[in-house]
Amino acid sequence: MSSLTAARALKPIGTAGSLFAFALDVGRAVFRRPFQFREFIQQAWFIASVTIVPTALVAIPFGAVIALQVGGLVAQFGAQSFVGSAAVLAVVQQAAPIATALLVAGAGGSAIAADLGARKIREELDAMMVLGIDPIQRLVVPRVLACMMIAVFLNGLVSIVGVMGGYVFNVIIQGGTPGAYLASFTALAQMADLWQGLAKALVFGLIAAIVASYMGMNAGGGPKGVGDAVNQSVVITFLLLFIVNFVMSAIFLQIIPSKSG
Amino acid sequence: MGVDVKIEGLTKSFGKQLIWKDVTLTLPAGEISVMLGPSGTGKSVLLKTLIGLIKPDTGSVVIEGVDIASCSERDLYEVRKLFGVLFQDGAMFGSMDLFDNVAFPLREHTKKSESEIRNIVMEKMDLVGLIGAENKLPGEISGGMRKRAGLARALVLDPEILLIDEPDSGLDPVRTAFINQLFIDLNAQIDATFLIVTHDINSTRTVPDNIGLLYHKHLAMYGPREMLLSSEEPVVRQFLNAQTIGPIGMSEEKDADELAAEKDMGLPPLPPIPMQLEPSNGIPRKYQRPPGAWCRENGVTPPPGSFQADAAMAPGGMKADPTKAPH
Ligand SMILES: Nc1ncnc2c1ncn2[C@@H]1O[C@H](COP(=O)(O)OP(=O)(O)OP(=O)(O)O)[C@@H](O)[C@H]1O
Ligand SMILES: [Mg+2]
Repeated sequence: MSSLTAARALKPIGTAGSLFAFALDVGRAVFRRPFQFREFIQQAWFIASVTIVPTALVAIPFGAVIALQVGGLVAQFGAQSFVGSAAVLAVVQQAAPIATALLVAGAGGSAIAADLGARKIREELDAMMVLGIDPIQRLVVPRVLACMMIAVFLNGLVSIVGVMGGYVFNVIIQGGTPGAYLASFTALAQMADLWQGLAKALVFGLIAAIVASYMGMNAGGGPKGVGDAVNQSVVITFLLLFIVNFVMSAIFLQIIPSKSG
Repeated sequence: MGVDVKIEGLTKSFGKQLIWKDVTLTLPAGEISVMLGPSGTGKSVLLKTLIGLIKPDTGSVVIEGVDIASCSERDLYEVRKLFGVLFQDGAMFGSMDLFDNVAFPLREHTKKSESEIRNIVMEKMDLVGLIGAENKLPGEISGGMRKRAGLARALVLDPEILLIDEPDSGLDPVRTAFINQLFIDLNAQIDATFLIVTHDINSTRTVPDNIGLLYHKHLAMYGPREMLLSSEEPVVRQFLNAQTIGPIGMSEEKDADELAAEKDMGLPPLPPIPMQLEPSNGIPRKYQRPPGAWCRENGVTPPPGSFQADAAMAPGGMKADPTKAPH
């Protein structure tokens, strides 16, 4: 009985281990030729098509809420001239990578897990291996790279739309001055913040695609297994992404001196 | 040419569930073997173990000196080039049409031109009777057609070993008869080693050189067709003759009461052993043995009426005019 509980308690560790081993396999397969360029383009296109519209829709209220909050707060300190800058910081550093992560995991990752899961239960992956083709190189690598690329792209999209949303909200609804909003951009924000957002987006895309592929390729037990795989991949990705976001933010705070005044 | 597949002491369990234990047999080079067994006895698992998709707990599968169960990933991918495999559900790639599916191995592993590929693919499609369906997606065709397409894909690289999981489930009787004849003709043509998993008694009785029976988590018997068809072993004779009397029940094993109740029922006599199917062009296969040879060599009297060409009771035993001779 005790061994049963122990086995159950240790199972997540085993899963984490094989997830990591899977990630290493993918890392090795990235460098194996021939690179599946067509699959990469198709997947990038597909992931983009399922994420762009929701991302834009999420980004506008994100920008607006941040403008509202930050604007109110900054006004209390009598530092209206920093509204634009603060909003940009919040959007570029935090909101954009997180919104990107949610959409890449929720829309892109779930589609990847469902696709690979269906292939797994139809024995397509087995057939592929028997035909001497490694599904990791053939299917997973293009998906991972596509996911990372689209995450970076979405990150840029959210940044732009978010900042514009903040601008519109601040200038039109809160009655701020356009010039002050734009002029303060560079007051607190700096180039490194853009790099930070970019790095986060890359890592988030990587994690989302790896987890989704792993879950899909290990789906079992018929169509229900595919549903479970999709569900688990989204939940696990979210968990990982929020943890990684925290860690990365903390590291960036340490290594990048913040700009003052 | 075909190669031997030596299976020794193979054991596999999933978690606590033992699938089979200590399976030992050799698939003789170039011969056709059939594996039988009640549903869920792990026939598909056995096939997947033979190609290294599933690692056995113990035991070895040796092909041309390489042990599939323990060799490196690289060796495994090499050895797999000898195989053609038809999975139980066809396992066609859902995103490609049938033509691309069948052409896939050629495009991956050969440097043939598109027109050569086209010729080979169309030839195999013709062989399995799928001309006209080559631009359909796997999702748009019936299960039986998927299976035949899977067979075409398995054949396209001229394999040395063909593993075929239930070619006849989902096929109508006519198609089944054609497919059986196709196996015989193919074997005559390419001399590959065949392992066919099936539930179809009729195919089992007329197609193979050897028969194996998986039952109750072990290999109950494996040997020449005539040996199993004349066997008095209760499990074997029940399964090969599709009878309700015998040790196999609805839930795999009958309980003691049921067995006791059957005790004084007389067993029905063994039906005659039918002739083995012959290649449609009339030229005997390389490893084909004359009817009754095994029985004579081993001093076994076959059931009365055996090996009479005209007394083919089973419909598949009749020699209708089958598929065209393979080109
Ligand atoms: N990957 C797996 N993980 C866990 N259990 C498995 C796995 N694959 C098969 N099994 C179990 O192994 C047993 C044998 O399955 P298998 O598919 O080999 O049966 P089968 O003899 O081919 O049956 P059928 O004639 O119905 O096709 C089943 O009980 C199944 O639940
Ligand atoms: Mg099966």
